[in-house]
Amino acid sequence: MTILHQALDLLGDLGFYVRRNLTSLGNAARMFAAVIWRSGFLLKRPRLVSDQILFVGNHSFVIIAISGLFVGFVLGLQGYYTLNRYGSEQALGLLVALSLTRELGPVITALLFAGRAGTSLTAEIGLMKAGEQLSAMEMMAVDPLSRVIAPRLWAGIIAMPILATIFTAVGVMGGYFVGVPLIGVDSGAFWSQMQGGVDLFSDIGNGLVKSMVFGVAVTFIALYQGYEAKPTPEGVSQATTRTVVISSLSVLALDFLLTAMMFSN
Amino acid sequence: MRKSAIDIWVGIFVAIGLLAALFLALKVGNMNAVSFAPTYKISARFDNIGGLKPRAPVKSAGVVVGRIANISFDDKTYQATVVMTIEDTYKFPKDSSAKILTSGLLGEQYIGLEAGGSDDGSDDMLANGEKITQTQSAIVLENLISQFLYNKAADSGQDKGAAK
Repeated sequence: MTILHQALDLLGDLGFYVRRNLTSLGNAARMFAAVIWRSGFLLKRPRLVSDQILFVGNHSFVIIAISGLFVGFVLGLQGYYTLNRYGSEQALGLLVALSLTRELGPVITALLFAGRAGTSLTAEIGLMKAGEQLSAMEMMAVDPLSRVIAPRLWAGIIAMPILATIFTAVGVMGGYFVGVPLIGVDSGAFWSQMQGGVDLFSDIGNGLVKSMVFGVAVTFIALYQGYEAKPTPEGVSQATTRTVVISSLSVLALDFLLTAMMFSN
Repeated sequence: MRKSAIDIWVGIFVAIGLLAALFLALKVGNMNAVSFAPTYKISARFDNIGGLKPRAPVKSAGVVVGRIANISFDDKTYQATVVMTIEDTYKFPKDSSAKILTSGLLGEQYIGLEAGGSDDGSDDMLANGEKITQTQSAIVLENLISQFLYNKAADSGQDKGAAK
């Protein structure tokens, strides 16, 4: 009898868990639709968005550029060691450029962006909620979704592809610096192999599409976690942690899905 | 006035992003190879295309004159039909021939167009939708090796016969 009770208890826990997660997923989707729906107001006040681009974009510039440079350096070195075994170190440029435009550029930028900008968005929104600023706005008939959330979301969507492009470009230059002046790969072969193998639409264009999708995902997850955080110091800290965990995992999962869709043939 | 400083910084950020995109398009990608010049389509049948892929180059005298649009299998003749898009500025006579070649020993495969002899007058040039009749299939390495081994075996058989 007690075993049956325990089993029922476990089943109840499972059901509660599933229902709670489904509810929060549904809430997130409804909030996303509402934010997109109400962001027409931003056309009248683009300043709100550019303020946020300064915050999530410009201030992430240095970390993105430096990481891109070092990723390019490492790709140049590792790629050279591997390609040298097969006597085809001329393909170094192609290897560096393809891996950066297709995968590393969008993905590493998104992960860094989640850590650099996503966390501060969550903490900012969470503290606004804890300080009851959002409720105060509602009292003054100012809609917090369109006044606070929407500009930050759009800033993330705009800034993320720009940052990924900068990351990729700096990374290619880093790979060039290690490959050509330091190791001594032929400069002409480096660029011509790269230009022969990288396609403008299917490689660079798809990388850009990827980074836009990641921008939507990471920024929205950060904003949602902040908006739904428990209005206590502990709640805000948990929400910040969840932002990093959930957005990193969803970036990696989305990357797999997008890669399978884009480069399958 | 505080706002305008922010705008300048955001403008610098976006401009750097655009510069990076330009660098990717011009220096990393093959922006030069993406041409929007008008093209016409011709097709050719091959017994075996080897490892030819769509978007592989079509070269004449080593110069890229077009790209392969699509490759399909014709179950009437059991041959591969290859459709190529050739840039409008390049015209070829009707008796031109197409070969599947390999750049280097292990490089990518491409189609080599060789102009035929009747290049006088523009009325017997290949037009949109027409076919090249003279084709030469890709060289399949396995066939070459098996042919070589077969010859070798035949030779040694003959030698033995002569010795007896």
